[in-house]
This record gives sequence, structure tokens and C-alpha cells, in this order.
Amino acid sequence: MRISVQEEEFDLGAEANTFAAGDDANGAIVTFTGVVRDLASGDLDVMEIEHYPGMTERALTKIAEEAQQRWSLGDVLVIHRHGRLAPGDRIMMVATAARHRKDAFEAAEYLMDYLKSRAPFWKKEITTSGAEWVAAKDEDEDALTRW
Amino acid sequence: MDVLYFAWVRERIGLPKERIETEAATVSDLVAELSAREDRYAAAFADLSALRVALDQELSDFDASLSGVREVAFFPPMTGG
Repeated sequence: MRISVQEEEFDLGAEANTFAAGDDANGAIVTFTGVVRDLASGDLDVMEIEHYPGMTERALTKIAEEAQQRWSLGDVLVIHRHGRLAPGDRIMMVATAARHRKDAFEAAEYLMDYLKSRAPFWKKEITTSGAEWVAAKDEDEDALTRW
Repeated sequence: MDVLYFAWVRERIGLPKERIETEAATVSDLVAELSAREDRYAAAFADLSALRVALDQELSDFDASLSGVREVAFFPPMTGG
């Protein structure tokens, strides 16, 4: 398991290539990448991501450990960036490896659902007309009930 | 104890972190104590349903005891991913 909270970019290809490499018990690897989406108006300049150093790593580790207990996983990777990002930049990725694809897909969705509303990150959208904190969505909280 | 503020709570109160000497027994007591201090605290804590609290970096709730707690953090609902 690897958890990384970082400001710098990550290399999606390199991460995908090395994740769970050499462990031939895994028949399935799922990767998910989150990207900074522009606003409907098209005028997002910067997405600023704040986090709580210390608690962020603890929360992500706990979520990944819970995923490992619920599904049979060969490995788990979570990378989440903070700082100032531009539309199109990669914010985060998760990867899961398992013997079979169902475990890998479900665990990846679980990780995403939980890290959206249980990991201490806050997004602020900065446009030419001002700055606004992104509000949490009820549907993100509701998504946890399916687990 | 150390009290930390994040996102708009930090902006409204005007600082990311402060050290507070308090006899508050619970998180709610601490909130009441801070709110009575100055308007900027009262404004930040006006609607507790819009806030979350962590005690020693674990999510908790406003009824929780502060006994033995070294770090309290207040912040809005999280928006990761």
C-alpha cells in the first residue's frame, strides 16, 4: 500500500506501469484519475486545494486499510495533490490490484467515495470574477450509504 | 491545546492556528467560549451544521469530550477527490 499527499505532479503512466508490478497473483488492475474540470462558464483560472497535513495521511491510510479488509487486494495506491492546480491538471489517482476485476473495481469506487468526503481536502475555485469554496454535495455523503 | 482552522473557517477567523488555554469540557463548550470572544468567531461558528470537527486528527462531533485532547480542528465538510 502506498499513500502520497503531494504538491507536485505525478506521472500517470509511470505510476500505472510500476503499480503491483512483478506480483503475478493479480489478474486485474484498476486505475482512476481525477482531473480539474473547468466550470460550465469556462473561466476557471485556478483550483486551490487545501488540506490538513497529518490528518490527511492518516485518513487516507485508514480508508485504504478498510478497503483491504473488505476486498481481497494485492495492492492499493492513493496519490492526492494539493496546492494550485489549473483546469486539465491531474488532482489525484487511485489504483487497486486484485486477483479478479470485481474486487479491483469495487475497491477503487469505495476509495473514491470515501476520500471525497472523509479525507480533509477543501477545494477553492478561483476565476477572474472572484474566489469561491466548493460546497460539499449531499450526493457525495449519500454515496457512502451503499457501502 | 492547539486549535486549527481550515478553508473558509480559517478565512473568517483570520488565522490558521492558535494555542488556547481552556477549561472547556466539550467541543460545544469550546465553541461557545470562542464565539463569546469576538464577532469573527461567532460568525464562523454561527451554523454548526455547516462545520466538522476533528480531535487529534480523527473526525469527531460537537458533543465529544476534550479531556486529554491536544489538537482540535474546525473545518467545513470535505471536498476531496
